[in-house]
Amino acid sequence: MKTAVCIKQVPGTSQVEIDPVTGVLKRDGVESKMNPYDLYALETALRLKQQYGGEITVITMGPPQAQAVIREAFMMGVDHGVLLSDRRFGGADVLATSYTLSQGLQAAGPFDLIICGKQTTDGDTAQVGAELAEFLKIPHVTNVCKVHGIEAETLEADLDQPLSIATAKIPFPCLITVEKGIFEPRLPSYKRKKETADRQIRVLTLDDLPDKDPIHYGLNGSPTQVKRIFPPENSNTREMWEGNADDLSSRLFRFLDSHKYLQQLR
Amino acid sequence: MAQIRIHQEKAAGKQEALAKLCPFGAIEVANGQLSISAACKMCRLCIRKGDGVFEFVEDEVKPAVDKSQWRGIAVVAEVENGNVHPVTLELIGKAKELAAKVSEPVFCLLIGTDISGKAKMLLEYGANEVFVYDQPELRHFRIEPYTAVLEDFIRNNKPSAVLVGGTPAGRSLAPRAAARFRTGLTADCTKLDISGESDLDQIRPAYGGNIMAHINTPRHRPQFATVRYKIFSIPPRNPNASGRIHECELTPEKLASAIEITKVLPKAQEKGIEEAEVLVVAGRGVRKAEDLALLQELADLLGGKLASTRALVEAGWIDARCQIGLSGRTVKPKLIITCGVSGAIQFVAGMNGAEKIIAINTDSTAPIFQVAHIGITGDLYKIVPDLIDRIKNAGEEA
Repeated sequence: MKTAVCIKQVPGTSQVEIDPVTGVLKRDGVESKMNPYDLYALETALRLKQQYGGEITVITMGPPQAQAVIREAFMMGVDHGVLLSDRRFGGADVLATSYTLSQGLQAAGPFDLIICGKQTTDGDTAQVGAELAEFLKIPHVTNVCKVHGIEAETLEADLDQPLSIATAKIPFPCLITVEKGIFEPRLPSYKRKKETADRQIRVLTLDDLPDKDPIHYGLNGSPTQVKRIFPPENSNTREMWEGNADDLSSRLFRFLDSHKYLQQLR
Repeated sequence: MAQIRIHQEKAAGKQEALAKLCPFGAIEVANGQLSISAACKMCRLCIRKGDGVFEFVEDEVKPAVDKSQWRGIAVVAEVENGNVHPVTLELIGKAKELAAKVSEPVFCLLIGTDISGKAKMLLEYGANEVFVYDQPELRHFRIEPYTAVLEDFIRNNKPSAVLVGGTPAGRSLAPRAAARFRTGLTADCTKLDISGESDLDQIRPAYGGNIMAHINTPRHRPQFATVRYKIFSIPPRNPNASGRIHECELTPEKLASAIEITKVLPKAQEKGIEEAEVLVVAGRGVRKAEDLALLQELADLLGGKLASTRALVEAGWIDARCQIGLSGRTVKPKLIITCGVSGAIQFVAGMNGAEKIIAINTDSTAPIFQVAHIGITGDLYKIVPDLIDRIKNAGEEA
């Protein structure tokens, strides 16, 4: 079984701020780390490998420094690493990111199973997995909260829905996105760090991908454009209400209604 | 292709300062020359702030789609257990508002099995036309047939925008369809507006809500956006609304799926106070154990849980698992309403992360009012029963 796990390097904290005067993203002292949701995808792949054998490849798109998250995956027990790195990938939105990853997976594959985390902590769109599956023309399921096992090249898993848990059977090749907490992720091992220190990471640029047309990548391949970024408004002011009980309850009712706390009644 | 050109001659002596402009660390200095690495996200901040050192060079823009061919704001209805999810009604309300600004119709797409009966309700909430795909293959949400339906609907009706609920199904379907049309998708929008040639202005949070981004999809159609539940308001229902209901169908081959749903089990709804989105908290202002039923009723109406301070747990009125505070649980709900709680520091430490804190207490000097966003000086025994009546009446009218 060949498994691929998509991972991403993200800022070490979500406490990034925008300077209200200059509009510049403040990044003083912001370290990078592996997207925490990806640890669950990695652990899922490692557990399946323990049970059914095979090899695991991690793939990430980013600057050369993003090799750090591939090294970390090696320390957890992953076999191969692929870095998609090219200035021409810069400015990619969900569509261009998914497309680039799909090209990278085709160049490095084929894979039976592709596992993605639920979302990232920086963009947090939670939509790259589904777009990636579309570009690879394979079925996908999201919100996997439990894996029952693999039989006859078919994965059986539980999907976390708002009101129910659905059990699905999905044949290879396929893509799944896993929920936080599906397994407890293992810690990177020092022993493996030493063992994998010299392991090669395969670096792919646009010229190594099946589709070499730059118009499909980066800013050019992105239908969405960020017009501007700005700090959120702080709406949490403090106020005191006084008066007779009837007025107070009426006012509280209107507040709850207009702030959508009563919508489940309708 | 679009790229950033560096005018090295203008950068003399200030390379280091210029490199610091980039929030992603993509500008590097080597041998006195500036360069841009693969960390570049094309945010173009360096172009705005770099005193002309960085220039944005764009190739000829490829011909845009003919936007006049794409008309209408479409809402994909979310159905679970045979019921229309309220996020659908919220989206219809927003779609109506947007459609009015650009004089376009509101479409609603209803997908499922035995769901045709729900179409009229969607008209009553404001859809002009409802397209129903009611077929046995669509009983469970499976990605291939649902995407096939959405694709068929889009090809036949060419809506300028498609709004999808930010539910697990919506967050799986919208990106899959957006990739099929190679168009833009903006996830979890918190504000939507429309201007020009039906261009959506999409506002969404990023970096865990620490930054807001304004996003456009200027050259592609349809424009996909997902919106979470309870972001927009449900519009008033008009039982006399008219509109058209179209019964649509796809062949079984087009609805084929490799995925088999073998069982669906309802989730156990027993949640602790840590998971509740709404909490009603009883404090020492509650006079006797029987009175907790009143606050429990309010919690039920708000879809939340009843919690308490330590005093009531020690009195044996309520289970210890419901206690908030340093010696109890730490909670972070969207809404917390404290009733007769004074606000001892041990209690406040367990709940001051709540998004909205409403406190009701007769003593206007109670410390709880220091942390409350809305402090109500009054008697819970008068305010809460009256509030419950109002909520019940509103529920019956709807």
